[in-house]
Amino acid sequence: MADTPILLRERQYHQLKAVLARLRMDSAARVVFLVDKDGQEIASQGEIGTLDTTSLASLAAGNVAATGGMAQLIGEKEFPTLSHEGERESIHISVIGRLLLIVVFDERSSLGLVKLRSKQVSQQLSALIDEIAQADFGDEDSPFAEITDADIDSLFK
Amino acid sequence: MTFINYASREINCKIVYYGPGLCGKTTNLQHIFEATAPQARGKLISLATETDRTLFFDFMPLELGTVRGFKTRFHLYTVPGQVFYDASRKLILKGVDGVVFVADSQEERMDANVESLYNLEENLQAQGYDLMKLPYVLQLNKRDLPNVVPVAELTAELGRKQEPVVEAVASTGAGVFDTLKAVAKQVLTELRKS
Repeated sequence: MADTPILLRERQYHQLKAVLARLRMDSAARVVFLVDKDGQEIASQGEIGTLDTTSLASLAAGNVAATGGMAQLIGEKEFPTLSHEGERESIHISVIGRLLLIVVFDERSSLGLVKLRSKQVSQQLSALIDEIAQADFGDEDSPFAEITDADIDSLFK
Repeated sequence: MTFINYASREINCKIVYYGPGLCGKTTNLQHIFEATAPQARGKLISLATETDRTLFFDFMPLELGTVRGFKTRFHLYTVPGQVFYDASRKLILKGVDGVVFVADSQEERMDANVESLYNLEENLQAQGYDLMKLPYVLQLNKRDLPNVVPVAELTAELGRKQEPVVEAVASTGAGVFDTLKAVAKQVLTELRKS
């Protein structure tokens, strides 16, 4: 397999949420969330309401993957940030290692402010992400080591 | 790539439906969408052309239930089948946990099946995966049509590693959930190993 699973501990999850909460406040954003490059949502903060964050995460990852593909065709490694500005709502995406930081904002904020604040937290997020990637669960009992065929079958009843 | 969140007690896995153009990948997802309770699934997102051909991917999150206190959520994706969308197909395979190859059983689509399967192996390799080690199911779709190749012949031609082979008619839903179950079971079994 090319990838190892991402294992997110409760403490790390709350640390990520705290960084996102501060970023959301500092950038006057509506919603801030973190997803991995494969489109899986990791943590979010803000006025989620009826916003379909699962679909948004998948489409944002597709968006970054597609523009990353274009970057490589013109000799760039990747485009580290993407912005989409709408009439009222806008989206800013920053690539931080294997994760994407997505900020959804409206007229209460501005692209300049969101860019600045996203950049300011990217180092901190990057350090947290490294810690998550290096986490060693070797000595702990995996909750899945004991999964039985009956457990799996029960999902399809 | 599986994502396990101990805080929200969730497991997320990615399954990709692969196969030649018009083999029924999107139809598989549409059936799952229609046959699943709304609280167990999210929206079905289709990035399609005006003529309903998949342009980038279809996506649907599906919650199957709880295993050992963890909610299991599968993210189902399809790739665009048409040959010239290869760049998109490569991107969608990133982070995949399991693959379903949807073969079109009609005689005249045999070459397209072979080409697409070869393309899958090549694109998996480019992402650092080996089909032989990946959870994988072969679905023989469109079994209701008159000009289909016999199952034994299709399996001999397209089978790679004693993978589960499921006969299906995705337009009526026959075999669709059996396919999903077969691949999901392998993905969860992999988790046990790791």
